[in-house]
Amino acid sequence: MKIYVPCDSAAISVGADDVASALTLKVSGATIIRNGSRGALWLEPMIEVETAQGRVAYGPVSVDDIESLIAADFTNGGAHALSLGITDEIQWLASQDRITFKRVGVIDPLSIADYEAHGGLVGLRRAISLTSSAVIEEVTESGLRGRGGAGFPAGIKWKTVAGAVSDQKYICANADEGDSGTFADRMLIEGDPFTLIEGMTIAAVAVGATLGYVYLRSEYPYAIKTLQKAIDIAHAFGWLGSSVLGSKHAFELKIRVGAGSYVCGEETAMLESIEGKRGVVRAKPPLPALEGLFGKPTVINNVLTLSSVPAVLADGASAYKALGVARSLGTQVFQLAGNIKRGGIVEKAFGISVDEMVNGYGSGTLSGAPIRSVQIGGPLGAYFSTKQFDTSLDYESMLAAGGMLGHGGIVVFDESVDLAVQARFAMSFCALESCGKCTPCRIGSTRGVETIDLIIQGVKVDENKKLLLDLCEVMTDGSLCAMGGLTPMPVKSAMLNFPEDFAGEVSRR
Amino acid sequence: MTMIHEHDFGTPASTKAEQVTIEIDGQSITVPAETSIMRAASIAGIDIPKLCSTDRLKAFGSCRLCIIQVDGRNGTPSSCTTPVADGMKVSTQSEKLDRLRKGVMELYLSDHPAECATGDECEVHGVAKKIGITQSRYAAPSTHLDLAKDESNPYFTFDSTECIVCNRCVRACDEVKGTFALTIENRGFEARVSSSGTSFIESECVSCGACVQACPTGALTEKTLLTIGAPTSSVITTCAYCGVGCSFKAEMRGDKLVRMVPLKDGGANEGHSCVKGRFAYGYATHSDRITKPMIRKAITDPWKEVSWEEAISYAAKGLKKIQAESGRNAIGGITSSRCTNEEVFVVQKMVRAAFANNNVDTCARVCHSPTGYGLGQTFGTSAGTQDFESVEHSDVIMLIGANPTSAHPVFASRMKKAIRKGAKLIVIDPRVIALVRTPGVVATHHLQLMPGTNVAVINALAHTIVTEGLMDDDFVASRCEEKAFKDWHSFISLPENSPEALEESSRVPAQEVRKAARLFASVPNASIYYGLGVTEHSQGSTMVMGIANLAMVTGNIGRKGVGVNPLRGQNNVQGSCDMGSFPHELPGYRHISNPDTRKIFDDKWGVTLDSEPGMRIPNMFDAALAGEYRGLYVQGEDIAQSDPNTSHVHAALRAMDMVIVQDLFLNETSKFAHVFLPGTSFLEKDGTFTNAERRINRVRPVMKSPTGKSEFEVTCDLSTAMGYPMSYENGAEIMDEIAATTPTFAGVSFAKLDEVGSLQWPCNDANPEGTPMMHVDTFMRGLGQFMRTPYVATDEKANRKFPLLLTTGRVLSQYNVGAQTRRTANNIWHVEDILDLHESDAQLRGIADGSWVKLSSRVGETIMRARITDEVPAGVVYTTFHFPESGANVITTDFSDWATNCPEYKVTAVEVAPSAKGPGAMVETHIEGDIQLNSIIRMANQIAANFPASDAPEIKVAHHIVQFWTPVMIERLHNDVDKSLLSPIVIKAIDVLLVAK
Repeated sequence: MKIYVPCDSAAISVGADDVASALTLKVSGATIIRNGSRGALWLEPMIEVETAQGRVAYGPVSVDDIESLIAADFTNGGAHALSLGITDEIQWLASQDRITFKRVGVIDPLSIADYEAHGGLVGLRRAISLTSSAVIEEVTESGLRGRGGAGFPAGIKWKTVAGAVSDQKYICANADEGDSGTFADRMLIEGDPFTLIEGMTIAAVAVGATLGYVYLRSEYPYAIKTLQKAIDIAHAFGWLGSSVLGSKHAFELKIRVGAGSYVCGEETAMLESIEGKRGVVRAKPPLPALEGLFGKPTVINNVLTLSSVPAVLADGASAYKALGVARSLGTQVFQLAGNIKRGGIVEKAFGISVDEMVNGYGSGTLSGAPIRSVQIGGPLGAYFSTKQFDTSLDYESMLAAGGMLGHGGIVVFDESVDLAVQARFAMSFCALESCGKCTPCRIGSTRGVETIDLIIQGVKVDENKKLLLDLCEVMTDGSLCAMGGLTPMPVKSAMLNFPEDFAGEVSRR
Repeated sequence: MTMIHEHDFGTPASTKAEQVTIEIDGQSITVPAETSIMRAASIAGIDIPKLCSTDRLKAFGSCRLCIIQVDGRNGTPSSCTTPVADGMKVSTQSEKLDRLRKGVMELYLSDHPAECATGDECEVHGVAKKIGITQSRYAAPSTHLDLAKDESNPYFTFDSTECIVCNRCVRACDEVKGTFALTIENRGFEARVSSSGTSFIESECVSCGACVQACPTGALTEKTLLTIGAPTSSVITTCAYCGVGCSFKAEMRGDKLVRMVPLKDGGANEGHSCVKGRFAYGYATHSDRITKPMIRKAITDPWKEVSWEEAISYAAKGLKKIQAESGRNAIGGITSSRCTNEEVFVVQKMVRAAFANNNVDTCARVCHSPTGYGLGQTFGTSAGTQDFESVEHSDVIMLIGANPTSAHPVFASRMKKAIRKGAKLIVIDPRVIALVRTPGVVATHHLQLMPGTNVAVINALAHTIVTEGLMDDDFVASRCEEKAFKDWHSFISLPENSPEALEESSRVPAQEVRKAARLFASVPNASIYYGLGVTEHSQGSTMVMGIANLAMVTGNIGRKGVGVNPLRGQNNVQGSCDMGSFPHELPGYRHISNPDTRKIFDDKWGVTLDSEPGMRIPNMFDAALAGEYRGLYVQGEDIAQSDPNTSHVHAALRAMDMVIVQDLFLNETSKFAHVFLPGTSFLEKDGTFTNAERRINRVRPVMKSPTGKSEFEVTCDLSTAMGYPMSYENGAEIMDEIAATTPTFAGVSFAKLDEVGSLQWPCNDANPEGTPMMHVDTFMRGLGQFMRTPYVATDEKANRKFPLLLTTGRVLSQYNVGAQTRRTANNIWHVEDILDLHESDAQLRGIADGSWVKLSSRVGETIMRARITDEVPAGVVYTTFHFPESGANVITTDFSDWATNCPEYKVTAVEVAPSAKGPGAMVETHIEGDIQLNSIIRMANQIAANFPASDAPEIKVAHHIVQFWTPVMIERLHNDVDKSLLSPIVIKAIDVLLVAK
């Protein structure tokens, strides 16, 4: 008898560990499997039992519910107020396009057997059988773009690294998931770490790298533990090491834990941090693909990008690019957060509208009050008004609407939000997290906070709004990296879409 | 005089050969590939605003003022970080760019003082004016304008309120200096330059001044700039400290020296400096300077100031009287490696022409004379083979008996740079010197040998290479003498030269030696750099030859990245040797016995030169005690402090009747002097110094001599008073005479130097622009000559009474006997000589860290403070000799290099004991017996020991003696020595000498 209780930290934060312990004590003969989370976070802890009809879900389960669940014969799928029915038939999940997150919540994260039983390692085995250029061609053909936010085609980046001549090349996975309202990297690493390892190994095989680093933030202790175990298991399995699955390729993988700096999610600052230096942005060129980690050619991809690669190789580029719209192909792992009723992971093909995402999957606000704004793409993403809710969630449409997709995080605000305060938050976030290298970001962010304060206080409002817009231009066009360059995006979108919040003290609600 | 302005191109030059043509503001320009747009524009005369970039540092891209637009590309990239690409069209001016630059500058101005302490020196205000903005619109309630100044460093201030966090200082510390003392603390708006959390003086900062030079604002400023004011004129000259020979701009305001700024065009230093050259020049105007000549009858009398005429005539009379009484060989002179080539040339000329003997030696006797002998024998001339830049092309660097981070800091920075780029380092040193492990540098191998066993280790390295088949056979076959090589090959292959056999003596694990040898032989370009830890030994010359053998057998001669490179201790060691201030050699390393060479000088000077070698410095001391040598002219050297066995030196000086000291200050030697002739500092000299890369650099007068005379004028006056008239209008005229008489200097003149900056000799018709690299196709002597290098343990051995071995060296902030640096604020770092010893040796003797200890050897004792450290191994202690109070040379012995008599400073058997008393308790031993005879016996036996088991060793020994000994010494060897005290080879050699006679 198998009972699945998520080991995902979101589930643990609402009592999953206690539930697992209680089940071990109270249900004799049960095998408790700690799986990842399915991503329906409002249902956590969501436990599942294996039945003849398939896995049946219950949630959210607390320790107090266990007696009644046992009474309801839940291990055989018995009816209960918390019963969600057959997991695969839960509409919220069933309607998603799970590719990258295919196995998350389904398998035991640290079982290679389980992993292989669900299609794992097929992509890597195929990659090993292909030439380097054929692997890169497949990835290029799939249309897979950087899921960290920049949307740069993965195949082209890999090709640059593959073409560079060097005694050493590296693969770096950026798992410094610092955007507010994002958690997909963490959930994937906690729920299906082998997918990331497989994606990195494929990249290594493709470009000729022999050493990889996963840059993981210290705020993710469970993910660090799980990934390290997975790396050790992969080593013992003959997957990592001097001969990848018996091939001529060698690949070692190490974890580097960040020290809590947002800007270390910027790829060059991340390289500095991995090298043991202060997390400060590097000027480009040189491109990291040519002179990256320790000055050597380096593939840097986000966790979601690398974790999409096994599917691309396993099922072929055409299967992947069959999803999506225009130049945004495949799926995006959206993360719904903030004031939202049904928060969690929604992996969908590009092209779904903001409205479908927020009001459809998200079911509106948790507070019940009307939505006033959503911020898409992290703390540096734009604030959208409900007038823009038919915007398609893909790279190009978001850009056209004055925003960006970023890492796919969507944060919802109800009508109580003050967008001037949010704009100030954007600047103060930048002031807090700026690495301090380039002047527009280093000084500009603090001047931005001060200037918005004056606007909020009603001091020389028009003059200061003009100054703020001038500052935004200097930061956008003058900053060294996207941190300073994008900070004006939430500020300007708030000013543009919610001008009434910037009219000075007298007019404030 | 005007200010010399060195243009800043913003980013370093590209080394690419490929050329790229681009258009900037409609102007076409062709530059090497990978040049930055900023540099290309600067070359084209287009000045893009910038604050964070400077051409000595890699582009950084932080100030965002140098933004440009490129046709067909998005955005406004920074021109410092964007390389040129063929056909690129760049605009440096547009409405958009102007708006952005003003916007960025507004941000700068919002956190910058309205007026800066250094006025126009602050580039923020300069650039702001240039882009047309002087005020910021921001209310800016939060600023850094209330931060406190850090004035802890004696030479510069750090005022964070003016800091714009451009990182130039941090980058200069990392990239140029390689010290990594500075960092940025915190991030965002709170990011501030920090000397790593402490004040500058408490930090790792080595005060090289690179950060001050790099700073575009008044944040890091020389204190003199604030007290004296902005300079109004500048003169290019050469530092007078170590043998690196850095070029500086001496920046003046009126007759006051505001600061010394390293010259970007300086061949040796390329814009870098160290604390001594950059800041420690205040001794030149120190109140201790003696500016009037002085005389006295007896050394117990007080000094009496007299006129120049009186002093000269008093000195000349005294010397003439001695010659009349004791013969012409009873007087001589010592030249100084701190003086110019011209001053040295004139002193040796005076000795040879006016004194009519060859009793001229130089202080290089006590530092690099074995280099002259060793490289002369093997390669054909006494000089390092490379220029400094060469080290940046090395794959492996072997550093032997040198501590460049302290003694040659500017070269050390180059070496560190090479290591950071990937070169491997092998350190051979008894001490854990900084380069064994320091930020950015970890030595691959540290062969931590016992002092005195260099030759054992170099032989073991060569043995490994030869017996493991790691030789460069082609190089040896085509470039070296076959017979000598075969002889050496059979010698070095002997099992007694294996790492295993020598492990017991050297205490270096055999496997470590083998690994180091394999590494050295395995790379395309391996170089050797060495210091006085090689030369100042009883086998100093043998070790130099061993080094030369190693370079030849691995084919590491004649191109960039390789070579054998002595790091010279003093500014003009190379030059003073080149200038013929050796008793057996005329300028250009030509033996005095050669009639053709003598004829050149005989004709030029109108004299007949003595064909016999004169006395070396230790011979002079011995002869003085024997009563044969009574008058000495000492140019700028403090032999009473710097030479070994102080008791012996002092006794010899006391025995003389006319000691003439020419120096800036009264010193230890002048305590024994009868005439004091005030000298000139480097800031007053007009001449040249030659550095360790044979680079002849101009020394130009920055201020007037307070003595009213140049130093060579004084020498000429004395010569004239002695009856041989000499006079020169200026330094240039002396150089012309050097060029006319010395083939390697034939093409050198002040006019040429003024034109090209510097020249590396040989400079003649064959190499009119000088020779950065030597022995490219053939050696100076034709084919390279391998020399047998048998390891002969020194007679200075540790025993029960003196169980520890003392070795000596230098610290960064002090220099040599300290005459200069002790008269500067450098004392803040090092105010006394300290004895370093290992914890186990300290515990055994009950010595606490920082306590007084008595240091004693067979010849004397002194007291200094102890420091417990693991920088020395158990059994080895270490100190410096910068301070006369501690007088470390009271301890060192008369033992010396067998071939050149360079003192064995680096090995003295000593004992250390706790002391209740403080310093000033030096105990000299009483000198008695026939010192000269004892020296003759010791030296003869030592020479014989270095030619064992070779063909007819007695002939070699006899040849050596004839070449380097005075006739009087040879006579005494014949007549006065008890033969039972001599080795059989010496006895046979005496027969050879008799036959030859």
